[in-house]
Amino acid sequence: MSTPLSAPLSAPSRTPLKTSAGLALSLTNVVKKFDNREVIKNLDLHIQSGDFIAIVGHSGCGKSTLLRLLAQLETASSGELTAMSIANQAMSPQAWRQSTRLMFQDDRLLPWKTVLENVGLGLKTPDWKAQALKALAEVGLAERADDWPSALSGGQKQRVALARAIIHRPQLLLLDEPLGALDALTRLDMQQLLVKLWQEHRFTVILVTHDVSEAVITADRVILIEQGKIGLDLPILLPHPRNNMTKTAPLEQIVLDKILAVH
Amino acid sequence: MKTSSFVADNSVVAVSKPLPTKPIRVNAPVKTLSTRKVVKILFGRTGGWWLPLLMLAGWQLVASFQLLPEAYLKNISSPNAVLQAGYELIKSGELWQHLGISALRAFAGLLIGGLFGLGFGLLTSTLPVFRTLLDTTFQMLRNIPHLALIPLVIVWFGIDEAAKVFLVAVGTFFPIYLNTYHGVRNVDKHLVEMAKSYDLTGWALFKEVILPGALPSILVGVRFSLGIMWLTLIVAETISATTGIGYLAMHAREFFQIDIIMFSILVYALLGFLADFIAKKLEFVWLKWHPSYQQGAH
Repeated sequence: MSTPLSAPLSAPSRTPLKTSAGLALSLTNVVKKFDNREVIKNLDLHIQSGDFIAIVGHSGCGKSTLLRLLAQLETASSGELTAMSIANQAMSPQAWRQSTRLMFQDDRLLPWKTVLENVGLGLKTPDWKAQALKALAEVGLAERADDWPSALSGGQKQRVALARAIIHRPQLLLLDEPLGALDALTRLDMQQLLVKLWQEHRFTVILVTHDVSEAVITADRVILIEQGKIGLDLPILLPHPRNNMTKTAPLEQIVLDKILAVH
Repeated sequence: MKTSSFVADNSVVAVSKPLPTKPIRVNAPVKTLSTRKVVKILFGRTGGWWLPLLMLAGWQLVASFQLLPEAYLKNISSPNAVLQAGYELIKSGELWQHLGISALRAFAGLLIGGLFGLGFGLLTSTLPVFRTLLDTTFQMLRNIPHLALIPLVIVWFGIDEAAKVFLVAVGTFFPIYLNTYHGVRNVDKHLVEMAKSYDLTGWALFKEVILPGALPSILVGVRFSLGIMWLTLIVAETISATTGIGYLAMHAREFFQIDIIMFSILVYALLGFLADFIAKKLEFVWLKWHPSYQQGAH
């Protein structure tokens, strides 16, 4: 699984810095119903600024719904969701939405725009090209700037989508199984890239995944959602890069035991 | 060229004399290469022209060598007679006069019909109010063959320019309307959701996401319309006109000038080809991002 990688992306080993540019999130008694079916049941969750949270769970457990609530693509049926800015003040939904960026399982690049134009989507400053090129360089794809998205591989497309997300300097990065459709090796590269970008930009990351090992390799804290409730909340205190399986495997085992115990 | 003629010489020699088999073997790979070249010339980019040329040659042969009974022969003209008629029409300037007026009617009609089709298509596909208000009506109207309107159009507009332009506009409206509507409705919802989460709304969302997403479908509508445009014009000009290519043909019929009638038909074929060629080029430029329009795709 996590054999040592010789990838150029491997981040320096260090624990997260105290200075953070991320949102803190707080959910109290949050309920989300779709036609009287409770998908999220009385959820309490507090996420600190600059955390890297991984949310795992079975399909249909409510983890994607939780992410869409945090992205304000859905509204909660009841309960309270607040986002706190770096200055520790509650943010308006507008400011919250503008400082949040979302990445999906499919890349959702606009096929009629070049890679560079896709990255610069929604930027209105005159120097958007330079900014987009810089963001592309951060994901290692500067030389593909003028290509059409259709000329890229799946992993490269997701990197472009990642560059498009970080160019807006988000304080909250929401990832809805962004690596789910990639092959195993590309996924390992992308996990390292995610951790590297998180360490550089200090935003808060919430990664929804059903790959337990991905959760343990990347996140500070793994949260297991079971039938709309938190089934397990496990802090991961290992330094990055986490390429020592003897250390990650026991943590994975804890999560897997809990998942399997229910069914 | 040199090698292939050399090979041909050798093969001729090989048939007449049994001895020199060796040089043929040496040249064998060159020979296969040249056959491949011939195949490429036959079925490559220009391959589509062979059949029309062959048909033209057949036509000329039938006319020149009187291969049909006299009763049929007097009703067809030979290609060189048609070309002769065309040359006369070009020389006298008559052709340009008729061609100009026909093209003007066609494109004026297409422009009006196309703009209305595009406009209403965008309205009904993006705004639900207009959808409920208009779509049912359009779906009913589009099932009326627009050429059925000719008697009514003659009553309304006489046999004026307006009548022909109106008919072309009505005919070209529906393909563009339907394909615009369909194209906008089928823009990937995920892309729209993504764009909205990147603060693209209103005009920016329309310009960056919805219109480019619908463009392939809209251009299909344009190509359909181009066909309908010529068809409508031919019918309209044949029935009632004092100028235009259709009039040229009808006028020639009165004097039994088969060559001019056939030349007019040829002009229509060329115009149709030209319009489709332009539409293809537009697709190539506007859809260059699309995988099916990249590098050598037709």
